[in-house]
Amino acid sequence: MAIKVKVFYAPLLAIFVISGAWITAFNVLAAGTAPQPPKQDWSFSGMFGTFDRPSTQRGLQVYREVCAGCHSLKQVDFRHLAGIGYSENQIKAFAAEADVVDGPNDEGEMFERPGIPADQLPNPYPNKKAAAASNNGKAPPDLSLMTKARFNGPDYVYALLTGYVDAPPELEVPDGGNYNTYYPGHIIAMANPLVDDGVEYQDGTKASIEQQARDVTTFLSWTAEPELEARKALGIKVLIFLIILTALLYRVKKVIWRDVQ
Amino acid sequence: MSSNASKAFKNPVVNWIEYRLPIFSFVDNSLGSQYPTPKNLNYFWNFGSLAGITLGIMIVSGIVLAMHYTAHVDHAFDSVERIMRDVNYGWLIRYIHMNGASMFFIVIYIHMFRGLYYGSYHAPREILWMLGVLILLAMMATAFMGYVLPWGQMSFWGATVITNLFSAIPIVGDDIVTLLWGGFSVDNPTLSRFFSLHYLMPFVIVGLVVLHIWALHVHGSNNPIGIDAKTDQDTIGFHPYYTAKDLFGFGAFMTFFMFFVFFAPNFFGEPDNYIEADSLVTPAHIVPEWYFLPFYAILRAFTADFFLYAFTPISWIMSAKLAGVLAMFASILLLLGMPWLDGSKVKSSQFRPLFRMFYWLFFVNCIVLGIVGGKPAEGVWIYIGQATTTYYFAHLLFIVPLISRLERPAAPPDSISAAVTAKAKKVSLDRFNPAEPAMAPGE
Ligand code: HEC
Ligand code: HEM
Repeated sequence: MAIKVKVFYAPLLAIFVISGAWITAFNVLAAGTAPQPPKQDWSFSGMFGTFDRPSTQRGLQVYREVCAGCHSLKQVDFRHLAGIGYSENQIKAFAAEADVVDGPNDEGEMFERPGIPADQLPNPYPNKKAAAASNNGKAPPDLSLMTKARFNGPDYVYALLTGYVDAPPELEVPDGGNYNTYYPGHIIAMANPLVDDGVEYQDGTKASIEQQARDVTTFLSWTAEPELEARKALGIKVLIFLIILTALLYRVKKVIWRDVQ
Repeated sequence: MSSNASKAFKNPVVNWIEYRLPIFSFVDNSLGSQYPTPKNLNYFWNFGSLAGITLGIMIVSGIVLAMHYTAHVDHAFDSVERIMRDVNYGWLIRYIHMNGASMFFIVIYIHMFRGLYYGSYHAPREILWMLGVLILLAMMATAFMGYVLPWGQMSFWGATVITNLFSAIPIVGDDIVTLLWGGFSVDNPTLSRFFSLHYLMPFVIVGLVVLHIWALHVHGSNNPIGIDAKTDQDTIGFHPYYTAKDLFGFGAFMTFFMFFVFFAPNFFGEPDNYIEADSLVTPAHIVPEWYFLPFYAILRAFTADFFLYAFTPISWIMSAKLAGVLAMFASILLLLGMPWLDGSKVKSSQFRPLFRMFYWLFFVNCIVLGIVGGKPAEGVWIYIGQATTTYYFAHLLFIVPLISRLERPAAPPDSISAAVTAKAKKVSLDRFNPAEPAMAPGE
């Protein structure tokens, strides 16, 4: 008995303790020279989390009015916006505002037409070189997967957007650089994109910098994981099913093994 | 019971088939009531069947992914995102495949440490064990090439770093690297050949698993006390006993697996792999997947001033880089020699206290190697990596051979059934004497 207990728990304990230490150390290391972004309370975290609809929609507005000037969202098509509660007509209207180059037509010419729901959100630059040329040599990255592409992504993006402060006096910020508390190395090519009341929310929410940062981060978390709500909803059912199944299988095993001695 | 003798069944259809193709008796002899199995196997014996199930899950999910994936540097990253976004339940299939690889390695590492603890590699199971090591190597090759396919930053840079290792081989090294790349850098030809091979390798693994299980069925499973089954008293039919136990294990495993798929799908992954590959931007830390980290640590331990290199003849004949590459492969290939390195007559660690102590040291050492593999090679990590690398080889090459020849193990019980009965008695005694110490001496 004693042996069995030891054999079972010694490695498990070792694995838990060590991997705990490991993950902590890893996160600290990943943060590099910048401080850990503070943990935020997100509507979409936790096992039952969903995207707060109004916040996500306000985030789309911030993206369209502020970020879209520099950043693409190339994994997102207009039709995907149905996932955050827009109706078909609203999506058609959004899409129609964009000019999309299509073709060639029967005469072999490229032509411009209004966007349709199946189009991608428009890219601000024709290519990466043009993007870099307009931004002091640093191309603004695509934002579709940004919150998955950084450790603690949502917390990081929020911290970055609210992390513009005056540089410490001993530090010389190069031309075209900006000081940010949370950017690794602190000098980022993106100027502070958010100002208080930089957008006017239709639902009357006060558009503070923090509010805009929170909303656009929620929106970008949706663009990174549009399947999140479906995944969690299905996951709960799957886990409940598996736990009941496993409990039943355990009973079956017990009954079958009853007579083994 | 010989497996090709046909047998009489009640159902006439079954009988008709059985007479022409004795597949029913084959199944009965391999997974059924006619496959005698030691009755004292503990839950560590569940991991073989779990490995088989995971292999099946990987093949099925992989084939579905391949229907939607595009193996081209300009489209691979986006095609994976199409799967995540536009293919029905594509996110589920991809997360199953992604996390399945980690599950596969968790299961296999437990399966192997089980074998090391209970001495399952001893005669007559040497070939069975060696096939297992080959399976591990094939799994590693498969996982490495699979990780390149989504064409993220880690895919690209991991592939670049690892394939570059082969250039350390004298004379033919550069040609091997060119062959692996299909050109002069990791590029489109690399991606397409990795895709082709990633699709092929799992079926090679299936072939190896068939041999592995064939070898298993010749002498049957080892067991926690490591003595052979002698009489019918010692064994029970695989079905229904172990089918029931394996099914329960399967349920528990799937619960664990699906928790990650649905609620922490990127737990085992690297954020950098959600950035499309860019040959002009090197990530700050290039780290392989977690299951390669111990071996990556061994690879990097070999620096020019590592004493195992600098103060041994190794430094006369090869570069430190080559030594690291060879050490990395040797750390796995050496396991092939376990049946001979360990000369003990008694298999199970339960009766080998000294061996058992060193087993746990080795286990912890492997975990520390894994931690070191995930750290940048700087500061104290270099020394920890070199110490644990030294200990890894010392364990396999010196400690195991020596203690297996010096230690006098305790006497195992006479038979499996005697051990099981003794334990049952003890348990029932414990119930009447709750004051008895929890850890009985000698156990
Ligand atoms: C004037 C152009 C411009 C605007 C507007 C802009 N950005 Fe940026 N952004 C950049 C550039 C340039 C970079 C690259 C910075 C670098 O690499 O130093 C960047 C980088 C980023 C990064 C990546 C930081 C990292 O860790 O690499 C995030 C996240 C980001 N922007 C979010 C946003 C959001 C959200 C908005 C809208 C609220 C926005 N940006 C508006 C130009 C812009
Ligand atoms: C695809 C991977 C693998 C599959 C599907 C697989 C499958 C199995 C199965 C079903 C068993 C019988 C059940 C059990 O004893 O747990 C088994 C036994 C065994 N396996 Fe594996 N295995 C795999 C990899 C490995 C590896 C990597 C090793 C180690 C080098 C290994 C070593 C062994 C040994 C020694 C046994 C006999 C154990 C005993 O009876 O005590 N296997 N394997």
